[in-house]
Amino acid sequence: MEQLAVKMQQITKIFGGVKANDAVNFSLRRGSIHGLLGENGAGKTTLMNVLYGLYQQEEGTIEINGHEEKISSPIKAISLGIGMVHQHFMLARPLTVVENVMLGKKSRRGILLDTKQTAEELKALSDRYHMGIDPYSKIWQLSVGEQQRVEILSAIYLGAQILILDEPTAVLTPQETEIFFDTLRKMRSDGKSIILITHKLEEIISIVDEVTVLRGGKCVGSKLVDDSVTKDELTRMMVGRDVLFNFPPVTKAPGGVRMKMENLSAVNDKGVTALKNFSLDLREGEIVGLAGVDGNGQKELCEVLTGLRPNSGGRMLLDGEDITAQNPLFYIRHHISHIPEDRHATGLAMNWSLKNNLILKRLDQAPVAKHHLVQGKVVDELWQKAQSEYQIKAISGDDEARNLSGGNQQKVILAREIDSDPRVLIANQPTRGLDVGAAEYVRSKILEARNGGTSCLLISADMEELLQLSDRIAVIYGGELMGILPRGTDPLTIGSLMMGKRLEGAEA
Amino acid sequence: MWSEVFSLGFLVSLLAGTIRLATPILMPALGQIYTQRAGILNLGVEGTMLMAAVCGFSVTAATGSLWFGFAVGVLTGALYSVLMAWLSVSLRVNQVIAGIGMNILATGLAAYIYRLIFGIRTLPAKIVPFQSLDFFGLSKIPYVGTVLFNHNILVYIAFALVPITWFILEKTTFGLKIKAVGEHPRAADSKGISVSGIRYAAVIIGGAYAGAGGVFMTIAYLNMFTESVIGGFGYIAVSVVIFARFTPGRAMWGALLFGFASALQVRLQALGSGIPSQLLLMLPYILTVVALIFASKKAEFPSAYTIPYSRMER
Repeated sequence: MEQLAVKMQQITKIFGGVKANDAVNFSLRRGSIHGLLGENGAGKTTLMNVLYGLYQQEEGTIEINGHEEKISSPIKAISLGIGMVHQHFMLARPLTVVENVMLGKKSRRGILLDTKQTAEELKALSDRYHMGIDPYSKIWQLSVGEQQRVEILSAIYLGAQILILDEPTAVLTPQETEIFFDTLRKMRSDGKSIILITHKLEEIISIVDEVTVLRGGKCVGSKLVDDSVTKDELTRMMVGRDVLFNFPPVTKAPGGVRMKMENLSAVNDKGVTALKNFSLDLREGEIVGLAGVDGNGQKELCEVLTGLRPNSGGRMLLDGEDITAQNPLFYIRHHISHIPEDRHATGLAMNWSLKNNLILKRLDQAPVAKHHLVQGKVVDELWQKAQSEYQIKAISGDDEARNLSGGNQQKVILAREIDSDPRVLIANQPTRGLDVGAAEYVRSKILEARNGGTSCLLISADMEELLQLSDRIAVIYGGELMGILPRGTDPLTIGSLMMGKRLEGAEA
Repeated sequence: MWSEVFSLGFLVSLLAGTIRLATPILMPALGQIYTQRAGILNLGVEGTMLMAAVCGFSVTAATGSLWFGFAVGVLTGALYSVLMAWLSVSLRVNQVIAGIGMNILATGLAAYIYRLIFGIRTLPAKIVPFQSLDFFGLSKIPYVGTVLFNHNILVYIAFALVPITWFILEKTTFGLKIKAVGEHPRAADSKGISVSGIRYAAVIIGGAYAGAGGVFMTIAYLNMFTESVIGGFGYIAVSVVIFARFTPGRAMWGALLFGFASALQVRLQALGSGIPSQLLLMLPYILTVVALIFASKKAEFPSAYTIPYSRMER
């Protein structure tokens, strides 16, 4: 029998009375790539944090290479040859690559840092895997893809034989993903064992040797991945039912131009130009998808469009009226809705009740307020209507927003933004972090708004979502428009634009 | 009077005073660089200095040993700041409130300790403080000697701590760990670094430095203890750290700037200028506010500044 690199048995981990992992079994064969599949909150990351020593399990045993081990800390895990690349990178941004790596190891010069020696070794390792990382770069200077390579490089440098990767492709373009998968295959042939945490079915089908599915903290099952495994089968295991990809049909063709962006420019928080001469038209009853790697000016664009950030050049027109550089209230009053990227920071007041969050944007407007007094009865009615229409699972409208799951939080935002009869809807990553069911619901609501005549700008890192929903797909790179592609474009074409290749014939 | 202000003698004594008065700001500021880099804002520096000032002074008065008193001052600073570390790291309470609580506690405690030891008296207890050193007669050099080489040993120790602090932060594993827990505690934790351990150490080291600054006031600058002996130097030190954007070199210049303002105030008062003394007394504090307005915009605070860390919270 071939030896197992990892054997976790009957692992139970409890957070505040909730079983995040409930008697989970997990085995990793040496020299294989093992997918760990499940929806958000299924307990994938928790299980791996137990393996990496960040959490201690309440019950269950872990064997590494056939020996039972008590992994009390990440240091112990590292010494056992386990490395982990977290979804949110564990890199201190003002420090250099080599400094970040040195945090995880003992210095060979006692209490003094062995910066030079470590940097040289890192450089050599980076060259061997064609990663192109300069050890003296500061982390904040690196792209997200490079930061991920730093994490992997660091784990391998520290001697990892078992590598845990938490949602590694969430931040990569299709091209980068391919390169990344090649690296994984190379590492597998070097005899390393890899655990890939994901909720993307394509990844399971294309690279994984074996898959374990978690649902609601329990292990649903494991199976070898061969040609007979289908996405539908995996979806059923993951969700526990068939997901109906049942969208409202497109009932209306896009109409005339509603919103016009002309040569918009803006600087980011560091004062660097993040949006350059960006021009795009949104037509009535149309969804324009905006593809691009995170941090290429999407956030700044949304903020300019909703008055949260001043533009440094260009102008915006709504139905021919110049609406450039107004305050946020102006855009709210002109029915420009915004589903922000980060629902915790900008989307909701987390410590406020759901009712208050619902009426946040019309606090001083009739019928919500009369003579500057909030009308409790009206708010109650609005809440009840929103709750039933958007199927918000909450005990009462007086619950704090933070007590809801991500999906239900997003529904509250949808109710606020879509129910206000928007002329333009700016949706920035509306399904990020949502499970399959909730994401489908959000998408169908956006489509409904489109069919109702709303102009939608959909910003997403999820290629499938863009392909599913968009009438046209615009691509942004380095704050500039790379081109606009029609529905049904090949993802690889979109990907190459996301890497900065300009579409021929596109205006600069 | 203004002719005196622009005389060479006034300038020399002003610059010498600048260096002397920069010392009790520089020491705690350097210490707070460790603490703040680790992500802890310890506003309790003022109280920590006061505790060190009274304990160090008492020991010197009792034993006659200045060095023994100094050591006790440093130790008192370290011990008193353990309280801050416990409150902010272990109990994870709001750091601003914890710091202010530390200061209020110290005000009462220091006065109590002083009364307990020295009783109520009309004249304050006095000791013989650290005397100026004379490096092979260097202090006899006209002007320059008076400005640079006519100070007591603690002043030189304070300035020597500037490169030492820089070296520890930039060149040692300990320094790297301090920066990491202040910047990204979860990353540090995942690399096997004890976040609370490093933060305790950073707060306690900061306390020891503050203790040195506090005891300087009673056994090297003055020769007695009063309840207002620290007079806001602790708060100024905290702001110097922000002014200096958390680097020792700039902290030295910051401390000299405030030392200059304090010395100017003392000298002008001594001259008996027409300006009311209350206004002059405000000088260093007004400077603090102005400097902070301009400098803190540029400061890049550690990402985890004042945020308690818990591994279990996601």
